[in-house]
Amino acid sequence: MITEFLKSREAILLAALVALILLVETRFAGFAAPSNMVDVFNDTSILIILALGQMAVILTKCIDLSLASNLALTGMVVATINAAAPGVPVAALILLAIALGMVLGAFNGILVWKLDIPPIVVTLGTLTIYRGIIFLISEGAWINAHEMSAAFKAFPRAEFLTLPVLSWIALAIIALFVVLIGRTGLGRAFYAVGGNPHAAVYTGISVGFTRFAAFVIAGGLAGLCGYLWVSRYAVAYVDVAGGFELDVVAACVIGGISIAGGIGTVGGAVLGALFLGVIKNALPVAGISPFWQLAISGAAIIIAVAFNARSERTKGRVILKSAEHAT
Amino acid sequence: MRLLGKITAGLTLGAALLGSTAAMAQDDDVRIALVVKSLGNGFFEAANRGAEEAAEELGNVEIIYTGPTDTTAEGQIEVINSLIAQRVDAIAVSANDPDALVPSLKKAMQRGITVVSWDSGVAPEGREMHLAPSSDELIGKTIIKLAADHLPDGGKVAVLSATSTSTNQNAWIEEMNSVMDQYPDIEVVETVYGDDLADKSYREAQGLMQTYPDLDAIIAPTSVGIVAAAQAVQDADKVGEVNVTGLGLPSEMAGAIESGASKSFAIWNPVDLGYAITMISYNLATDEAEAAPGAEIGMGRMGSATLDDNTEAAMSEPFTYDESNIDEFKSVF
Repeated sequence: MITEFLKSREAILLAALVALILLVETRFAGFAAPSNMVDVFNDTSILIILALGQMAVILTKCIDLSLASNLALTGMVVATINAAAPGVPVAALILLAIALGMVLGAFNGILVWKLDIPPIVVTLGTLTIYRGIIFLISEGAWINAHEMSAAFKAFPRAEFLTLPVLSWIALAIIALFVVLIGRTGLGRAFYAVGGNPHAAVYTGISVGFTRFAAFVIAGGLAGLCGYLWVSRYAVAYVDVAGGFELDVVAACVIGGISIAGGIGTVGGAVLGALFLGVIKNALPVAGISPFWQLAISGAAIIIAVAFNARSERTKGRVILKSAEHAT
Repeated sequence: MRLLGKITAGLTLGAALLGSTAAMAQDDDVRIALVVKSLGNGFFEAANRGAEEAAEELGNVEIIYTGPTDTTAEGQIEVINSLIAQRVDAIAVSANDPDALVPSLKKAMQRGITVVSWDSGVAPEGREMHLAPSSDELIGKTIIKLAADHLPDGGKVAVLSATSTSTNQNAWIEEMNSVMDQYPDIEVVETVYGDDLADKSYREAQGLMQTYPDLDAIIAPTSVGIVAAAQAVQDADKVGEVNVTGLGLPSEMAGAIESGASKSFAIWNPVDLGYAITMISYNLATDEAEAAPGAEIGMGRMGSATLDDNTEAAMSEPFTYDESNIDEFKSVF
């Protein structure tokens, strides 16, 4: 069991993550301190949540490029409501954000399921549509810190058992995903649909519906992140989280989730997101010229993916062998 | 066509008469049209307040505040054509497009109307002069002064810019560095780039506070960066230790001023801009000044504008906003 784990991609990624943290520590003392690690985790929480949503979609051999736009739109909607009616309780706004995110995700899902349009085309379209709707709602204006209620901004920052609520939400979503992916029919269906859609049909799984469900889950998580993002940075505007969809895909890819579908784990997605999160947090303090930073984070992604591609190949053979032995 | 020709001839004659009998025109009000990018924009409403203030000071000026309902050049052309028909004395325009307005503004100048642009300029052939709210040099001086004013004993400041390639920010930071010898006790420790993304700017600000625990101020000459830095300072419980300043909009910075994360910041003042361009329009329309390279044109309480070779001028250094005036301006723009 332990040796199996040591050989797994997650173990290698975890080792790389630790090595990366130690490397940064040599350049900036105090980076690896527990309190700073808590800050880094907290900062990466939103990326982790979105990466898990994206993972569900990618497992089914789809991709959702509209997650960041979904996040920005739901964030703008709840911020607008909060600015107009500060009396609406934060809990209601969070539920609304999740519901709205699920509706936006369902729109993607319906197009993929019923009209059979390739997911990359659908979500590339909704990426701009959702951003465009923010313009219609806000007319380009910002919702600023002083227009948001104190409770609206305080919720993700509130500390509970030494961790901010934002981190607890990420941990809760991770736990939820471990159960969903590993212990439910839907979770296993994600793998089946992505691994071999034709075989999935013969086992009685509706490929379209499973993909639809993945989009709805990812959308709901993006909606939740919409509220978290807007309240954390205390500002909502059209370009919120611009380009973040690519970070989310990168986190999944680094975490070993195969773009071809059917391969990937919750642990991989979380570690992939943390890997990116550590790089993002390390670059400002590591004393590296800003002109190099983009190149460095890009290189890290390619190295991680190249590594994964290699381990995926060998792993495929190993699985077949062990399957042979088992029978 | 003949009718049009007659009208044109008549107008030209009228303009010529007006020009030759300047003393007579003095008796009537000088009508100055303030053409804005679009109506219903707080920034321009504030500029109009400044224009009215100038009109009151001058006494014999009537301000026509107008513009299209949406920010299009087509809408502005219609507005300008109707102003030509009304035979106003001056048109001061903040253009939606530098080139598209040129033909109709040329027509206005041929009719003897004084045409100037402000805020957002028109190509040189379409106006007599342009008044920019500020210049790179004045902005660069202002942003370091904002930080230095609250650091009488000197200290460490860092710059949080937009992207490493943004022309405006780079020019301002360069101008800022060129006057650093006036602040011997102040050290600019680093320039970082938040790419005008809220999350990256926030993280960069966090990084600055970690790398330089004794940092005294963050200068962010970008509206996204300054808001994100103020939030990062607040979340790091460093309000009072690290002062966030730079360029921002009052509506976006009101929260940061309230919390104390930012003591002051700057941006052009639309009221002053409306006031200054009205004064300039008046002086040009009454022939008290002429728009030529090197000319100085009076702007009332704002001093005078000196035109450069492109007949452009900068009004003043950006206006400073702090807790004393933020409430007045946060609903304006």
